[in-house]
Order: sequence, then C-alpha cells, then structure tokens
Amino acid sequence: MSAIANHPETHEDILIREQGFDDHFHDHHHGDKFQSNFITKYIFSQDHKMISKQFLITGMLWAIIGAGMSIIFRLQLGFPEESLLWLKPLLGKWITVNSEGVGKLAPEFYYALVTMHGTIIVFFVLTAGLSGTFSNLLIPLQIGARDMASGFLNMLSYWFFFLSSIVMFYSMFLSTGPFSGGWTAYPPLSALPQASDGSKTGMTLWLVSLTFFVVSVLLGGINYITTVLNLRTKGMTMWRMPLTIWAFFVTAILGLLSFPVLVSGFFLLMFDRGMGTSFYLSEIYVNGKALENVGGSPILYQHLFWFLGHPEVYIIILPAMGLVSEVLSVHTRKPIFGYKAMVFSILAIGFLSFIVWAHHMFMSGVNPFLSNFFVIFTLIIAVPSAVKVFNWIATIYGGNLRLNSPSLFAIGFVSLFISGGLTGIFLGNSAIDIQMHDTYFVVAHFHIVMGVAAFFGMFAGVYHWFPKLYGRFMNDTLGKIHFWGTLIGAYAIFWPMHYIGMAGVPRRYYSYDNFETFNHFAKINQFITIAACVVFLLQILFVVNFFYSIWKGKVVTERNPWESSTLEWTTPIEHIHGNWPGNIPTVHRWPYDYAKDGKDYICQVEPLGVGEEDSGSH
Amino acid sequence: MEAVNNISNRNKVHPYVVALWIGCAAIVMMFASLTSAYIVRKGAGNWLEFKLPSYFIYNTLVILFSSVTRQISYNSFKKGNFKVYKLALISTLILGIIFTTVQYLGWKNLDSIGVTLTGNPSGSFIYVIPGIHLAHLIGGILGLIMACFHAFSLPEKFSEIRKVRLEVTTTYWHFIGFLWVYLILFFIYS
Repeated sequence: MSAIANHPETHEDILIREQGFDDHFHDHHHGDKFQSNFITKYIFSQDHKMISKQFLITGMLWAIIGAGMSIIFRLQLGFPEESLLWLKPLLGKWITVNSEGVGKLAPEFYYALVTMHGTIIVFFVLTAGLSGTFSNLLIPLQIGARDMASGFLNMLSYWFFFLSSIVMFYSMFLSTGPFSGGWTAYPPLSALPQASDGSKTGMTLWLVSLTFFVVSVLLGGINYITTVLNLRTKGMTMWRMPLTIWAFFVTAILGLLSFPVLVSGFFLLMFDRGMGTSFYLSEIYVNGKALENVGGSPILYQHLFWFLGHPEVYIIILPAMGLVSEVLSVHTRKPIFGYKAMVFSILAIGFLSFIVWAHHMFMSGVNPFLSNFFVIFTLIIAVPSAVKVFNWIATIYGGNLRLNSPSLFAIGFVSLFISGGLTGIFLGNSAIDIQMHDTYFVVAHFHIVMGVAAFFGMFAGVYHWFPKLYGRFMNDTLGKIHFWGTLIGAYAIFWPMHYIGMAGVPRRYYSYDNFETFNHFAKINQFITIAACVVFLLQILFVVNFFYSIWKGKVVTERNPWESSTLEWTTPIEHIHGNWPGNIPTVHRWPYDYAKDGKDYICQVEPLGVGEEDSGSH
Repeated sequence: MEAVNNISNRNKVHPYVVALWIGCAAIVMMFASLTSAYIVRKGAGNWLEFKLPSYFIYNTLVILFSSVTRQISYNSFKKGNFKVYKLALISTLILGIIFTTVQYLGWKNLDSIGVTLTGNPSGSFIYVIPGIHLAHLIGGILGLIMACFHAFSLPEKFSEIRKVRLEVTTTYWHFIGFLWVYLILFFIYS
C-alpha cells in the first residue's frame, strides 16, 4: 500500500472517495491485507489483471509459432526449387533430402503446417489471445467492478486454455505429425485414421485440445456475461458502457451460443472415429478397402462446424472493433461518432452472424434455393459493418488526432476492414463464389478482414493499454516502424493474392509443378513470400519491444496518461487486489465526454453540472 | 487462492445464479444442435424406425420425481427444517442413481433388439444424445454428493452462501430434468 499512498490524490480520487459506492470490500478480513505468494500471484492467479496477462503472453507465444509456420509454407510456395536443408535442424524428418542433397518440405507436413497455422491463429491467438486478454483486463476495470463474478472459474478458463495448448503443442511432435486435414477438419478425412497420417493420433489430440479450448471459452464467457450484467457499478447503466465492453459482451454471447454446437459436432466426430458410428460416414472406399459405415452425411458436420465457424469470425473481429472504437475516440480527442448506432451495429452483426453459416458451403452441394437465403443475410451484414466504418471515419474527421502507435493501428484497422470487407461482398454471392471458391481470392479476403485487421485491433489495444498492464509505455518509435512496415507489408502479401485468386490459382496446393497455366505466377508468389518474411521480422520487433518495455520501458508517472474518460484509468498504476483502494467509483455520465464544454475530457466519475445533460442520453 | 469477494448487496439476483442460467443457455445450444442434427439426418432418408424402449419413457417419471424432492429439500433448508432437508436431499441422490441405472438398462434393451451404437445413425443418436444428457446429469449427481456431504457435516444453521449454493445446484437439477423431458418428447414425436 505504501507505493500507492505516495501518489498525490487526484481529482478523480477525491470524487471516488466522496461520492463513490462503498461496497464494504475493505471490511472483509482479506481486503487490503490480501496476501499472496509467488504461485497464487503469478501462476494460479484469480485476479483478472494477471489472468489477462497470462492470456496475452500465451497468445503471443502461439502467434509466433503460428506465424512462423506460415513462413515455412510460404517458402515452399515462393521458392519451390530452393533447398530447405537449413530447416532440417528444426523440422527433422519433415525435410526430405534427395540424392543431390536438396532438402524438400514433405508434402504431408505442408498440409500439417497449413492446418496448424489456421487452428492456432483462429482459436489460440485471435480468440483466446484477443478476447481473453482484453475482456479480462477491461471488463472489471471499465464497469467499476472489483473483479470477475467468479475468479475461480476465470482461473480455470485460463488453465483449460493452457491444457489445450499443451495438447496441441504435443501433437506437433508425433511421429505421424499433427492433424493435416485443414482447420475445418471436414470428415471423412478427419474421421478416418487410415485416411492420412495426420488423421491418426494427430487428429485425436486436435479434437481433445479443441474440446478443452471450448471449455475455456465457455467458462470465460459465462464470467464475462455475468460480470457485465451483474457487477456494473452504481450509475453504470448499459448505455454508459464503453464500446469495448459492448463488444466483449456480445462476443461472449456469440461464443457461448456457438461453441457448444461445435462441441456437438466434435462429439459425433469422436464417435465416428473411435466407436464405429456412421454419423458422417457413408459408403467409403479407402486404401483398397470398403468400409462398413453407411448412412452418414459429411454435410451434417459442415453445418455444425460452420454454425460455430461463422460466429467465430465475429468473435474475432468484434473485440477488435471495440478496442478500435475506444482507442480512436481517446486519441482523436472526440466523442465516438454515433455511439448508439455503434451498439446497435454490434448487436445486429451478432444476430446476423448466426444465420449466414451456409455461405461457407455454397460449393458443398447445398440446395441453390437455400443458398439465396444465406446470400441475402450475408450481404445484409454489410449494412451494420458500413455503419461502423462510417462512424470510425466520422470520429477521425476533424479530430485533434494524436498520431501514436495505438491510434495508427486503429486507423490501420479501419483501412484493412474496408479492403477486406469489400471482397466479402463478392464472396457472399453464391454465383461469384462458384468461381472464387477455394482460390487465393478467399485466402486474401479472410486474411485481410479477420486476420490482419483483428491483429491490428489487438496491437492498438496492446499499445494503448500497456501502461495499464505493466505501468510502463512501449517504445513509440519502434511501434511506428512496426505499424508502417506491417501495414505496407500486409497489403504487399494479400493484395497480389486477389489477382492470382481471380486467375483461378487454387489454395491448399503444395506445388503447382503440374499446372503450366499457373507458371507465370511464380514471381508473384516469390514477392508474397518475401513480403511475408519481412512482416514476420517486424512482429519479432514488436515482441522485443513488448518484453523490453515490461522491464525497461518509460515509467508511467500519471495515472491517466492518455487523458481518457473511462474508469480503468482511475485505478492506481500498481495493480492492487480489488482494483480501487477505497470505494468503487460511481458513474455519472457516458464514456465519451471529450472536448465538451471547453474541457479536453471529463471522467465518467464527474457528476453532471447544473443543467448539464448526459451526452450519451440522446 | 482466495478470490475477490466482490458480491455486494446491490445485486438483486446473485451472480452465481445468473452465471448458472448463462451456462444452461450453452447446454441448450448443444442439445438444440444435436436434435437438429437428428432432424437433418432423418430427413435425408435411410432411417431405421424402431420403438423406443419403455425404460426411457418411465425414467422420465423418476427424474421428475427427483426434481420434486430436490425442491422440497431446498424449501426446507430455507424454512430451517433440517430433517426434511437432509432426507429429501438423500432421496434425490438415490433417484438420480436410479435414473442413471435405468438409462443403462434402456440401452441394454436397445442393444438386445438389435439397435446397436454402430448401426444405422437413427440408433446411434439414441445412444449418443441421452449419453451426453447423462454426462450432464452425472455432473449434477457430483454436485448432489457435495450437497449431501455439506448437509451432514456442516452445522444445522442457515447461511446466505449455503442458500445460494443450494439454489444453484437445485436449479441445475431442474434444468437437466426438463432437458430430459424435452428429449423424450422429441424422440417420441419427431
């Protein structure tokens, strides 16, 4: 406590002391004297701030692994003639050496890399690493709660994720390799161990790992929703919540309603794999042998998978949207444009995300008349998305913009979301999808709109809330280099992919040797690979900056370094048990009072002046 | 390991109760998807028709009755009638174990009439869906064993946190019971 007492009392402190809500928290026997040792503080922590850091750092480790894998398969695609012998110390038997001493990436391992890259980035990095980090950090801090509704379930949520990570990581060292049938794990390839090496133990561990992962998401989600519904401080009505909280709240609901459906699909798949049932299998002839399974439907799996799979992309992008809204408003020194429209857009996107899943299945033999339904709803998603984009641009327009790393990444997010979103309108049309399906056009589309864009939202969040996480700043110059390099590099990777996709180059191919028609794309593929390597190195720069700044970054001396109006910046710089040393704050106004009544910003704890109206109430 | 006690009396409904309902929503989605899969697969044809063993149907009465005893137990705790509270809790546990056993007999019966797990998916579903339901019920039984342990080891005294714990586990038990009622009606009428 002594460190906290050394800081002079701020205006907000006085307001919280005099007008805050006394929840008798510090009357409890453990209140201020909460004792913790190394294990309960850093490992089995029940404190949301520590759990948030655990999610972030685990997510970062996975991001390096997942992105590193993409570099290896990009080398194969860009330079198929070159020897990869130098990777043999890392990949071992997956680099095969021919009689001339040229090392080649084993084709089956190429598929394993692609599969793992997708699984890792989608689930471990952009779901756990993004939503896990920021929901945990910001939900209690921004709504004025002492912690999550259940710290214990929250701790379990992280450790199930950890367990899931261990299982997936272990699967990479199997002699038959990790699962290699694509991150969507369509049967029959995923259901039959005899179908490929990756479908053996690798697939079993993939299923086990992801089942643990779903447990983690559900435990986290139950906590986030309960906390938002039940533990908002006095005065924090739903319409006074920052857009970050709205985004995390809807994200958690989407996860809660869609992940159980994925588990159902997985259970049936497990029965098909292990118990001899035929939910997805019918009349299959494999390795010269006819199987006994009859009566199953592989399309059934696709329905169950994509019922999660589509909401999943919004589980990834909504938190990024929330972070970007907050960061843009703070760094343009302007209220977010169209707060309520933003909230309704989040809700609309959340709702629509449940009724568009079959647009992933236009080419799976789904009835074309049924496709029309999915086309229409898919295209309608463009409406709330466009509303959000318009509002972000309107927020930036005329703002007193601070061009620092968080705001640059937030602006980068808007750029990428527009570029990637527009190609979504192409692909959402079933007629065009017939041409584009399974080409690099699809790869370019989803990487920009939900891969790179979500990463940009995450980076904006990390740079912006780093002072809250670690009490230090990240280096802004390195951050700007990271931003410009990544933005230009990401477009250099994915922009050309649209062209080769439109020309019909199929995705998921190990090599195009046998297709003369694609020969003249070799140079483009080389260019993409070089850009990917540069972007990867820039992410290493970010990681270096991150860890360097934890210990050596510029120390935060003011509680509210960004002059933000939300509650997380009224807590002490040092993390304390229960977040606020005395009362919890009482909220009197919406979170976006910037440049109002001649003041730069007004904190949410500031009571309304005489005759003043809460700007969020209309 | 101590968690933050952040439950202030501003909350009308205890957060644990809210969390339980949210968790139930997730379970509902799981069974909604499984029963949808059943409908989709059935619609595709090549579907074996058979009579559902009566074990499953009569078992519905067992689970409903156990919900009644569970509610009696909870109400008695609130009223301070500890004798009935313990007795009803133990009865619920016994009924839960009976339900589990009878489900097993139901599957044995199904197997004996030639509807096996690995045959036509119409039969597989009757193993898998009630199986996943039973897994959730066994989770409830574990909670029930904990509740019995508390009932007989803790002093006979009313406390708010014990009430909340009982409320949560009781609500979950009712939920799993009604889930079975839904499933049995679904299997009979779909």
